[in-house]
Amino acid sequence: MKITVDRDRCIGAGQCVLNAPELFDQDDEGTVVVLEEQPTPDQEPAARAAEHACPARVITLV
Amino acid sequence: MTITAGHAADASAEPTYPMPRGCPFDPPAELAQLRAEKPISRVRIWDGSSPWLVTRYDDVRSLLADRRVSSDAYRPGYPAQSPGILARRRNSTSFITMDDPEHARYRKMVISDFTVRRTESLRPLITKIVDDLLDEMERGPRPTDLVEAFALPLPSMVICQMLGVPYKDHDFFQMHSRAILDITMDPAETVRASDELRDYLTGLMAEKEAEPTDDILGRLAQRYVLTGELSRDDAVSMALLLLVAGHETTANMIGFGTLTLLQNPEQAAEVRDGDPAVVNRAVEELLRLLTVVHTGRRRVALDDIEIGGVTIRAGEGIIAATESANRDAAAFPAPDELDIHRESNHHLAFGFGVHQCLGQPLARLELQIAYPALLRRFPELRVAVPVDDIRYRDKMVVYGVQALPVSW
Ligand code: HEM
Ligand code: SF4
Repeated sequence: MKITVDRDRCIGAGQCVLNAPELFDQDDEGTVVVLEEQPTPDQEPAARAAEHACPARVITLV
Repeated sequence: MTITAGHAADASAEPTYPMPRGCPFDPPAELAQLRAEKPISRVRIWDGSSPWLVTRYDDVRSLLADRRVSSDAYRPGYPAQSPGILARRRNSTSFITMDDPEHARYRKMVISDFTVRRTESLRPLITKIVDDLLDEMERGPRPTDLVEAFALPLPSMVICQMLGVPYKDHDFFQMHSRAILDITMDPAETVRASDELRDYLTGLMAEKEAEPTDDILGRLAQRYVLTGELSRDDAVSMALLLLVAGHETTANMIGFGTLTLLQNPEQAAEVRDGDPAVVNRAVEELLRLLTVVHTGRRRVALDDIEIGGVTIRAGEGIIAATESANRDAAAFPAPDELDIHRESNHHLAFGFGVHQCLGQPLARLELQIAYPALLRRFPELRVAVPVDDIRYRDKMVVYGVQALPVSW
């Protein structure tokens, strides 16, 4: 699994950080930062939860 | 009477929205029926128009995330909550009723103050405010109104501190907030309350332009108003949004949430024990079950949208009923029950899409601290009146209890 995000459309709601703190952070402007592009199998459920929760639909898992 | 094209010929068959509640703890029963039978259907609202009411979880989520819907209260077809709220939104237009890219431009000016990490740094401050309020409550008379003593002052003090608004003025802005959130209020009254709040905040912004302060409004003044990126008028609209949204919502979650916990003593006992994982889940569950921002997110279609076998035409109003979506059994098994252990609780109490609540990390933190602290301080906390005597905020944009007399 690989995580990509569209930073331009991120609205800084922080759902990603809440659902997967090991994989996402927010920079000082509140915009999403991917900490780990390639989650381990253990982290995949959290990545999916973040993708589902993101209100601006900017997280993509491939 | 003329029947406009496109509207159902038999308009009288359309249910009126919002419907009155039966049980004060649950959304109107008609919503469950609509979810089952006519999940996307026209309803009649106060101005005689017939927007689409969307009641299922999946549909509400997908519409709120759809870039073809607008939150712009100036657009024809926008299904406003009440004449007063429409008048106020036009009187004080902030990013909650704008579309991108404008919405994003304004929202970005304040996001950094509401990130998960930034909010977490407020934990000591919030804990201190909670402890002080509980000390005072403990010293005070019994019974006491939990709303006045705790639920309202907590978020009010926190948002004042963050914004740089003097808390000593709370009587003034709490009274005016109440007026602008009341859907029965005469539009002239709503606009007057809005104008008075704006005058107050305009004076405050002017002070912060002259003298830098280390708070949200101070930073807005220095970084954006003085550089010409933001007019003082727009800064005042933003300040008003943050001030009102920042205390009424959380206050009602504390009051109504406490009542709900007291009705479910076993689950309350678990919250009292304070295991953070349990408390966090309990807060999400209360947010879902109570959905205090309860009369639907209001939108208007920018384009024709096909959804659930229905075509919503460009220009038609949409009410995305999050209070119904959060009770959809397809998303939440046994949706009408409080279950603080519910897993993967992706509720819509904070909305969805680009307007999803800016203050949610703050609201969560306040609730996560407030419930266990209150229940620990007063293990014998109980409602001091017959439950049938409790009055609810039926006519307010934010639902909850009007007062909650408690004893211990
Ligand atoms: C439990 C407490 C809260 C609840 C249930 C709540 C609920 C909501 C909801 C449902 C929306 C979406 C509006 C829409 O889609 O039309 C929203 C937006 C918003 N909320 Fe909250 N809120 C809460 C606390 C707060 C707090 C503490 C703040 C702090 C300032 C805040 C500030 C905002 C702002 C600024 C918006 C507009 C966001 C935008 O349009 O981009 N809220 N809130
Ligand atoms: S949840 Fe989505 S919108 Fe919110 S910060 Fe993360 S990526 Fe951005």
